[in-house]
Amino acid sequence: MRFSGLRVLKEGLTGNKGWRPHWRDPDPKPDYDIILIGGGGHGLSTAYYLARTYGLSRIAVLEKGYIGGGNVGRNTTIVRANYFLPGNAEFYSHSLKLWEGLEQELNYNVMLSQRGLINLFHSDGQRDAFARRGNAMINQGDDAILLDREGVRDHLPYLDFDNTRFPIYGGLYHPRGGTARHDAVAWGYARGADQRGVDIIQNCEVTGIDIAGGQVRGVQTTRGAIRADKVGIVVAGRSGQVAAMAGLRLPIESHVLQAFVTEGLKPIIDHVVSFGMGHFYISQSDKGGLVFGGDLDFYASYAARGNLPMVEHVMEAGMTLMPMIGKARVLRSWGGIMDMTPDGSPIIDRTGIDGLYIDCGWCYGGFKAVPASGDCFAHLIATDRPHPAAAGFRLDRFRTGRGLMDEEGTGAQHNLH
Amino acid sequence: MRITCPLCGERDRREFYYQGAAVLLERPAFDASDEAWDGYLHLRDNPAGKTRDLWYHEAGCGAWVVVTRDTVTHAVLDCVLASDVASGARP
Repeated sequence: MRFSGLRVLKEGLTGNKGWRPHWRDPDPKPDYDIILIGGGGHGLSTAYYLARTYGLSRIAVLEKGYIGGGNVGRNTTIVRANYFLPGNAEFYSHSLKLWEGLEQELNYNVMLSQRGLINLFHSDGQRDAFARRGNAMINQGDDAILLDREGVRDHLPYLDFDNTRFPIYGGLYHPRGGTARHDAVAWGYARGADQRGVDIIQNCEVTGIDIAGGQVRGVQTTRGAIRADKVGIVVAGRSGQVAAMAGLRLPIESHVLQAFVTEGLKPIIDHVVSFGMGHFYISQSDKGGLVFGGDLDFYASYAARGNLPMVEHVMEAGMTLMPMIGKARVLRSWGGIMDMTPDGSPIIDRTGIDGLYIDCGWCYGGFKAVPASGDCFAHLIATDRPHPAAAGFRLDRFRTGRGLMDEEGTGAQHNLH
Repeated sequence: MRITCPLCGERDRREFYYQGAAVLLERPAFDASDEAWDGYLHLRDNPAGKTRDLWYHEAGCGAWVVVTRDTVTHAVLDCVLASDVASGARP
């Protein structure tokens, strides 16, 4: 079933009775070539690229809940390629290019909106850092424009420019950044993978990983044993538990990150805006809700809900930056489980066990990475070699100290990235 | 979330700074292997459930506290002075 304007028109005129489920609901087969543990954005995109790019189809995606019920449905939907360090920069650049062709690629409306992203700065030192970051982005082939205060005012006249504690000196404008409809990204990749023969198996929790002679042989699940000689772990905040089934201890600590949405309002915030002094970021969804978030709660957590101190902090940061949102009523807040690494950068690598691969450590930047993470993890699983854009995401960089990518320079503490 | 400082009593979580897993009390010897340092600095059990981590009573008495918590429910189960854990006086 392909989507087209004509199809939408026809269905609209005939009571929308012709739509069918976008993917099957198969029972697990006893064996596959490749099992992907985790039916989130990264797992589904990996399955899609394995099928699309490498022509593989005996693939199962095992999801313990329902697809898209984890972080891909819980993030603040921001898409950007404004990373600074080599290793990260080329990866996120690759990802943004995939985003730009994603709707045509998937024949699915992921509502990519390149509305522009502005990171504000509030001191001379921060301006220097952003100028340097912008140069790195341009060198990478992406776009960055350094705005002075008046330049920011042209885009964001509603900010509190007279704030004495955090005066706005300017912003780094990344015009190709923006947002996408997060659920649709999961659904689009699921549909594309399913159309190419991938079995997406929901309500199927992996309870063990079978390894014999240093080679992975399959997994145990709540729906029985499933054999495969290649298994990919792509479970975000749950990486520690799943990897432990294979006897691995990961450089990951799971933390809770909260996000918030207000009631629907008329269009008022046109860009994605981030506050440089309070870790606050905001955009407006197509439904009109202000979608915003802040920092981690800072303690290890699997609760998928946070505590009030960070709620208060995020609201204060928002009010400091743009007092006009003060009367908007918050509809919901929620939390996601973030797989925080000691340098704040992800891992896409082999594990030391033949046939077992891992894609994790996205901290709280996983959503924008969904296309490239899938593309690069599929490359690794299919060819046993890292994709050039993700060659820096090595698991052993922490042990060796070589190739660490600490964008914020905060050191080896999981919650500081 | 409220944490009971062994010296000050029950206090708001905001008085405390979270450092990380209590494995940080087990610093390897200066000449220990890369693996030992990797395990100390980076690798974590990261349990979903009962965990022990290190908090600093920054806005209080300045004590380092080993807090036993549940990472799924956020329940705080036990709090002891890190100095007692490090000296072996407490488990």
